[in-house]
Amino acid sequence: MTPNTGTSSALSPRSALAASFRGGTATAALLLALIFVVIATQNPSFFEGPPLMAFAKKAAPLVILAVGQYLVIVSGEFDLSVGSLVGAQVVIAARLIDGEESMTLPVIALMLVFGLVVGLVNGLVTTLLRVQSIITTLGTMLILFGAVRYWTGGAPTGALSESFRVPGRGGIEDVPFFGQVPWALVIALVVAVAAVLCMRSPFGRALVATGDNDVAAAFSGVRVWRTRTMAFIGSSLLATVAAVLIGGFAGVTAQVGEGLEFTAITAVVLGGVVLGGGRGTVVAAVLGALTVEALFTLFNQLYLPSTIQPSVQGLIIIAAVAYAARRGDLRLPERLRRRPDHPTERTLGSSRR
Amino acid sequence: MKRTAILPARVPRLGTTAMVYLALVLLLALSAAFVAARGGNLFTTANTVDLFTRSSLLGFLAIGQTLVILCRSLDLSVGYVAALSTVVAATTMAGDPSRVLLGVGAALGLAGLIGLANGLVVTKLGVNPFIATLGAGLIIKGYLDTEFQGPAGEIPAAFQAFGYTRIGVLPVSTLIMLGVAVAAVLFLRRTRMGYHVYAVGGDAEVARLSGIRPEVPTVTAHVLCSVMAGTAGLLLAARFGTGSATVYGNGYELEAIAAVVLGGTYLLGGRGGVAGTIAGVFILATLDTVFNVLAIDPFVKDVLRGVIVIAAVAVYARGRHSRAATRVRFPSGGASPPDRGPAPEARPSPDPGGPADPDPSPRALGGRR
Repeated sequence: MTPNTGTSSALSPRSALAASFRGGTATAALLLALIFVVIATQNPSFFEGPPLMAFAKKAAPLVILAVGQYLVIVSGEFDLSVGSLVGAQVVIAARLIDGEESMTLPVIALMLVFGLVVGLVNGLVTTLLRVQSIITTLGTMLILFGAVRYWTGGAPTGALSESFRVPGRGGIEDVPFFGQVPWALVIALVVAVAAVLCMRSPFGRALVATGDNDVAAAFSGVRVWRTRTMAFIGSSLLATVAAVLIGGFAGVTAQVGEGLEFTAITAVVLGGVVLGGGRGTVVAAVLGALTVEALFTLFNQLYLPSTIQPSVQGLIIIAAVAYAARRGDLRLPERLRRRPDHPTERTLGSSRR
Repeated sequence: MKRTAILPARVPRLGTTAMVYLALVLLLALSAAFVAARGGNLFTTANTVDLFTRSSLLGFLAIGQTLVILCRSLDLSVGYVAALSTVVAATTMAGDPSRVLLGVGAALGLAGLIGLANGLVVTKLGVNPFIATLGAGLIIKGYLDTEFQGPAGEIPAAFQAFGYTRIGVLPVSTLIMLGVAVAAVLFLRRTRMGYHVYAVGGDAEVARLSGIRPEVPTVTAHVLCSVMAGTAGLLLAARFGTGSATVYGNGYELEAIAAVVLGGTYLLGGRGGVAGTIAGVFILATLDTVFNVLAIDPFVKDVLRGVIVIAAVAVYARGRHSRAATRVRFPSGGASPPDRGPAPEARPSPDPGGPADPDPSPRALGGRR
């Protein structure tokens, strides 16, 4: 147990890389590799290109959602509203497009604006009104759920246009070996790379600092409320992107998006990102999402009843977090993390009040 | 620190529970007026019974949830535990009145074991309670979905009385719920363990340094919470007359948390109480009844519930931190200290992660002095 190697060695880029591999990234990668090996023994043709691309197409929305959830979790908050938001966006798209090709782009733009507004509301209520994010996003979850169903009268109406379904279904055709490279994969890759670059930017650093210790971050000049609000907006926008993919891939049902927030949190946590903020990388979250999706694929191959999936998901999520809690370089021991507060904060607080 | 802790706290602290009850009375009066204006009557026997019946179910769940939240934990598995309990009770009783006790014992015992597991995972394995109980809930959900597709078992008429008997307008289940609430208040106010619950919820580290084993109250609270959820499940089973595995889909855990938070209990532990929670329960039950009487679209209910919960918590945050909120500037005019909920109370965020500090305990103490 070397509690501080991860953070203290983060100064030089090379050891930072090493640290990130020692942390959740390596664990998640190992787990993913292990599941892929098991899948390969069950179904050797899985790695022949087309099946792999089908997997990528199916996993892309979760990857995007996990990146969004990562932004919020690393800043020390939760976003429970993404599942409802995905459902709401798909229903909105179906109702407004209603099969009209010409409506596709305006509606997608409207969805992005809607996502932005939801994220902004989540962020501002959490930061400025100081409502805990669990409650805020729980509230938005209920509101979105109810509002969309009220608007559509309980069952989704309308239809998606063909061009709307292209990102979720289509791809670059006739690529050698792979067959079709799905747009979903391209979009997920773009999102992941953008997120990695974002986390390396000053904003990303501020985000992690905020999640690690918002008091220290505020004293170092981070505008905590703005940073966190941006994280919520990012999460909602990415949920909107995921909604476009899911809508295109799976079509419109009343259940679309249900429980996705917990799957996304599972994915992020599986990647070793610590709830409470300040620890973990985007790559780890992406690997976590792929692991969850690979696991679901494996269940299908083993002909396990789909109803048992929640049980396994529950076991994995507990085991992953328990394992992370045991690892010094991932998360500091309980006693240390529960430290009441920092001397600076206390002194300033008492002198100011 | 001490002086300032008392001064600004006096007004809201005295008022928190009283404020919730005032809000409840206001809500009742407003609702009655509103319903009357629409030509109805909120306080007909049917409506009153409906209100009480709703509150007894939510009450059991919310009392347990209060204990857990006071320990700075959370239980997202209560809905699933309640569903499991209906199934276990119904299949064990199997319509045989002589097996009622056995069924009740089996349901509550299993619920208690789940609570024990939750508590141990949270305290011993150091898993974030959100994840631990969510995971436990998902495990139960998988089991229920796989094993029970439809209604299972049968509740004998003798036990169905638990769901339907009432004295005047007061259902027996509500009386039992209120009795449990009184017991919980006494537990928190009069017993050593009750004090330990607040101590651990306020600051587990300080509690530990004061000689309390922080695991004990947390595990106890989790066990009690799950048993309460099991009781709620028994009530559901008694009402339905059979075990229904799908009741977990009703979002009970979130509603219970909403009731607790509405009742003025601090989501990060250590402050609040069962009395406020009961008021929160009645507020939610009143809203539901009013929506029912006015025949409001059920989907609008969800919207309103979401808005109300957020608004209520925002109001509490204002009340608690209003002084701190107005003084967020450095004298030098630099960046403002964080105005997030926990900070002005010098309280760590749920899982601050802490800085890289090789030897924290002595210095943490130093910081406190």
